[in-house]
Amino acid sequence: MIDTPAIEARGLKVHFKTAAGLVRAVDGVDLIIPKGAFHGIVGESGCGKTTLARTIIGLQQATAGTVKINGRDRAEWQSGDRKSFTGTVQFIFQDPLGSMSRRQTVRQTLEEPLLIHSVGNAAVRKTRLSELLDLVALPETVLDRMPRSLSGGQRQRVSIARALALNPKVLICDEPLSALDVSVRAQIVNLFARLQAQLGLTIVIVAHDLAIVREVCSGVSVMYLGRVAEQGVTRPLFADPAHPYTQALLSAVPSPDPRIEATRLRRLLVGDPPSPRNPPKGCRFSTRCPVAVPECRVTEPSLSAVQHGGQAACHLASASTHAVI
Amino acid sequence: MTVSAPVYSVENLVIDLYTPALSVRAVDGASFHVAPGECVAIVGESGSGKTVMTLGPLGLMPEGVAVDLKGSAHADGRDLLTLSQKELSTLRGGFFGVIFQDPMSALNPMLKIGPQLVRQGQRYAGLSAEAAYKEAVSLLARLGIPDPEDRFDRYPHELSGGMLQRAMIALALAAKPRVLIADEPTTALDATVQAQILELIRQIQKEDGIAVVLITHDIGAVSVLADRVIVLYAGQIAEEGTAIDVLTAPLHPYTRGLLASVPDFRSDAATGTKEIPGIPPNQVKLMPGCRFAERCEVVQPACRMHRPKLQTVAVGSAPHRVACPVTIAADGIATHD
Repeated sequence: MIDTPAIEARGLKVHFKTAAGLVRAVDGVDLIIPKGAFHGIVGESGCGKTTLARTIIGLQQATAGTVKINGRDRAEWQSGDRKSFTGTVQFIFQDPLGSMSRRQTVRQTLEEPLLIHSVGNAAVRKTRLSELLDLVALPETVLDRMPRSLSGGQRQRVSIARALALNPKVLICDEPLSALDVSVRAQIVNLFARLQAQLGLTIVIVAHDLAIVREVCSGVSVMYLGRVAEQGVTRPLFADPAHPYTQALLSAVPSPDPRIEATRLRRLLVGDPPSPRNPPKGCRFSTRCPVAVPECRVTEPSLSAVQHGGQAACHLASASTHAVI
Repeated sequence: MTVSAPVYSVENLVIDLYTPALSVRAVDGASFHVAPGECVAIVGESGSGKTVMTLGPLGLMPEGVAVDLKGSAHADGRDLLTLSQKELSTLRGGFFGVIFQDPMSALNPMLKIGPQLVRQGQRYAGLSAEAAYKEAVSLLARLGIPDPEDRFDRYPHELSGGMLQRAMIALALAAKPRVLIADEPTTALDATVQAQILELIRQIQKEDGIAVVLITHDIGAVSVLADRVIVLYAGQIAEEGTAIDVLTAPLHPYTRGLLASVPDFRSDAATGTKEIPGIPPNQVKLMPGCRFAERCEVVQPACRMHRPKLQTVAVGSAPHRVACPVTIAADGIATHD
């Protein structure tokens, strides 16, 4: 028996109408994330990674396509039985302060989901609060503090604890590390890894720090201008990227070792990513691609199997003709 | 590595910041210098004092705070701390070029890009209007801005993030400065654009022999650009030395922790991301002794009593100094002081 995937998105499109024209933030994404996976979604600003995450959980309405979570249609589930949905799927925002009430203590913030879902009595809730603080390694003393008086790392821990309050199965996180200092970031990364192993969660994390994605994510999708350029198992994909965009993206990350930097050949792309208002014809990456051939400017490639075991959307990256650059 | 005399140097700098509510010792006895053609990186987390230490002597300070500066800062043969606001302003415009994290904080949103560059060239580099125009267009072209004549007539909001960053670098260079201070120049940029901007700064540094001070918390950027590194923790220098010494053989427990928390995805070792426990101290109520003591894995009772001195542990092209007697003793390192 094949296990139902935790998240299954088909033909997902999210278009925004603006005064300056139609913005195709997400433009045809298929995504299957198995249960228990720690999946990273990476890409540059404007590639649609945050919109994709928000659409998976229904914070953003899809223009086309469907999302199933644990085999259930997300839209139906959400409108039919919202409480069971929010008990299963939770979201963590980039800015913990913006996602908490400034007038609520940490205790109130953490207790609210339990009250809304009528979990236990006061004593049960009190025990649960202690469990939650234990999970995210915060001392009980933070309970009566206001979000403002906490450090960035502590706030992100509180928002993780709140997301875990109802024992969800799926956690979707939008750049949960970006607002944190380097040394604190590592603490939160390790916390996610530990929680995932301990609670058997499925975690989807939107990130732009590729080194951290490689450390913790089992699978990864690389997005470019609203579509998935390449996806697969993180380590083999990072070791042998098939899409020229992924190759350039990985090459752009400097090594912390200056001896490597002094000799490393960098692949610099020319220019900025084009606007999602007006994506290039054919392959979206063709305008910046160092190896584009005329066909690339005509036909949009679809994801197909490549050597590392995942898929890439590149005419030149099929399993047989790999090693394009 | 260069051996020329420093073009900007700061000695024993102490900066106290006062607001109505509290006072903070943002920088506590730090010294650094940078020579022409050299890049010095000042590394630290937010609040470590890295920006205040570099820009403070130039009179660029956070708004709404009273500042008390002690020590000395020399550039262009003058002590910056004794200059009037007006003299400082002239020096800032011509001798120093500053690039910020947010290009919109340097560019005037109401003026087109080109005229801003021309004005800078006329005022500080002493160019005629015509020469300044030519210089501005060639500067835009040199910074990899496509169709520079067209961009010359654009407003800042018409440019993309990467182009805006380039325009700001052009603005900083228009006055032909001797020192380029880059304050988190790539933090707000995407990975592929970040790599382009770092490459650009490196070219400028090599070709123009300009001195670069890179203020950052991004170890990757340090590794690409820096000749020397100064690690700042809570307003004090924890460690300094060549980039290779500090990044590949760090001595201070904070530097070691900081580097271990930055994974290198090119290495095969799956060491996992290590973490430094706790958070940086609040600089309002500072305890005596080492400021890293609360988070340190090798802390000794003495660390909480006496502030550790920077000690020289190696003398090479640039001395390697560390402020941690515990590591020096534990690793059996000879000192040269």
